[in-house]
Amino acid sequence: MDLDLISNILFAMVRTGTPLLLVALGELVCEKSGVLNLGQEGMMLFGAVIGFIVAFATGSLWLGVALAIVAGMVLALLFALVAVYLNANQIACGLALTIFGVGLSSFIGTAWVGKPLVGFGTLAIPLLSQIPLLGRMLFAQDLLVYLSFALFAVVGWVLLKTRTGLVLQAVGENPAAASAMGLPVRRVRLLAVLFGGAMAGLAGAYLSLAYTPMWAENMTAGRGWIALALVVFASWRVFRVLLGAYLFGLASILHLVLQGLGVSIPSNLLAMLPYVATIVVLVLLSRDAVRTRLYAPVSLGQPWQPGH
Amino acid sequence: MSYPLLKKQSFKKLLCGLTAALGMSAALSASAQEPLKIGFVYLGPVGDHGWTYQHEQGRQELVEHFGDKVKTTYVENVDEGASAERVIRNLATSGNQLIFTTSFGYMNPTIKVAQQFPKVTFEHATGYKQAKNVGTYLARTYEGRYVGGYLAAKMTKSHKIGYIASFPIPEVIRDINAIQLALNKYDPQAELKVMWVNSWFDPGKEADAANALIDQGVDVLFQHTDSPAPIQTAERRGVYSIGYASDMCHFGPNSCLMSIVNDWGPFYIRTAQQVMDGTWKPEDFWGGLHDDMLKLPISDVVPADVKQGAEKIIASIRSGEFHPFTGPIKDQSGTERLKAGETITNQQLASMDWCVEGLKADMPK
Repeated sequence: MDLDLISNILFAMVRTGTPLLLVALGELVCEKSGVLNLGQEGMMLFGAVIGFIVAFATGSLWLGVALAIVAGMVLALLFALVAVYLNANQIACGLALTIFGVGLSSFIGTAWVGKPLVGFGTLAIPLLSQIPLLGRMLFAQDLLVYLSFALFAVVGWVLLKTRTGLVLQAVGENPAAASAMGLPVRRVRLLAVLFGGAMAGLAGAYLSLAYTPMWAENMTAGRGWIALALVVFASWRVFRVLLGAYLFGLASILHLVLQGLGVSIPSNLLAMLPYVATIVVLVLLSRDAVRTRLYAPVSLGQPWQPGH
Repeated sequence: MSYPLLKKQSFKKLLCGLTAALGMSAALSASAQEPLKIGFVYLGPVGDHGWTYQHEQGRQELVEHFGDKVKTTYVENVDEGASAERVIRNLATSGNQLIFTTSFGYMNPTIKVAQQFPKVTFEHATGYKQAKNVGTYLARTYEGRYVGGYLAAKMTKSHKIGYIASFPIPEVIRDINAIQLALNKYDPQAELKVMWVNSWFDPGKEADAANALIDQGVDVLFQHTDSPAPIQTAERRGVYSIGYASDMCHFGPNSCLMSIVNDWGPFYIRTAQQVMDGTWKPEDFWGGLHDDMLKLPISDVVPADVKQGAEKIIASIRSGEFHPFTGPIKDQSGTERLKAGETITNQQLASMDWCVEGLKADMPK
């Protein structure tokens, strides 16, 4: 393999991993607060369609991104009202949200199918992008990818280094104790769910405005679900979420590149690679069951009501 | 004095006339009340702007043609696994008299359900199994691929052509072979690189595959998947592309050479008419350029002389004068598949599982 090829693979790995990273970061924060939101796919699609329509109609990609984030948050708010405040079953609500988001996005998007749009282009940072191997991967991406780097840093910092992170964790571990300490459990959960919605909306906008700038029904093709699985396999640790997302991206790209190099592995086997590789690595990392359990938010998926 | 009588008689006549008219209109409305119920099973979403989108256009043409004489239902996003059979059976039990199943993977479920509903007519797209009440239909997309292969041969500079493929089924292999045949004739040094994405519709993955092929030096891109993402990627990266299923060229205004467009409408109208008239018989219908089931809009990116050459090939295929699969044709191992001058049969096309000589890529086993 020559350097160019590896550099191309790394570049594509980040591009492919970015939507997963964004959604998984949002879901990580959400789950840290004890709420399991299975509606990622629906929120992503809704963000994707709204982002596309707004960008197409106004000509402003950033306005599209902003409203895609809002769109994700609107669906997340619906979810939070029912699952956090009315104590409905989170799993059922999440599934309903996905089904709703898929249907709603197809309905709204019908008139926008087949419309071409010039999306975010790559923005190479001078000098830095010339670094061999890593230059293209880190410094010749589009703006939304840079934004995902920044968001990763912010989420990591907040979760690991700030009081906000501790509050989030307290609410997710033991809402009763957190409440006794005077923490507004439901408000924390609401904000965490909204953050998850915003990230899913942003990931949707990344798909419809940068990755493949167009609207097509179901264009997420299951990425919301993969992101959900990533959070579990990453055992709720933020660096492993990054690792998992890029690993998945890398394996998806290898599936294609290896074929191009004439490696004679059946392509159906190669197509399984992203799933197998990601799961194997993350399972290996978390093979210490006791420690892994320590990282899973204890009250994940359980509704909580003040006074109980 | 006869006036009232006359009036009475005419009143009677009027009554008679009225009843007759009523009867007639009743009969009429009876037939109008019972439109032919037609069901469609779609692989992707109707908004994929590709394969399923074109079938949906065909359904709309059908509705436009017959108005309230037909009542259509469609089910989208039906995967080719277990749920296909359930969906097809549901359509049959809910009174659809004619059901179109529009993807290769629906073949066995269609046959199975058809046995249980002998009075319902089934039409299965791109398959090769017929029954008393199951016909098959497909578009000769390989004709478009051959013309595309000619365009690729004339436009490529790197002599590397890319093909984003979904699954190794006869339909896909046939189309790859058609391009290779054109390359053998018009640019023998060109290499056709095939990349399998194991999906019919995943814009992100299709774009990744396009990027990977372009990274390897490909400068004309074919796709056998259903989203316009490869066209868009080609436009971005400054290489040529050829669209598939629907006219996708507006996604690549400076780079898309041609789209291979399926037009299912005429076939749907014809079949529904036959079912209404009771003249339908199961057949294996292959529609191509000749039947207007395939359209090949060539874009202005293509220079006039190349376009003229392509038009000439299109005309000769349409008239039946030329068939892309005309012998001598050898397969990859050098075995002669068609003797000199021999034209391939539909049966051979339908079950094609071998690659023509010149193709370096192997089919996944």
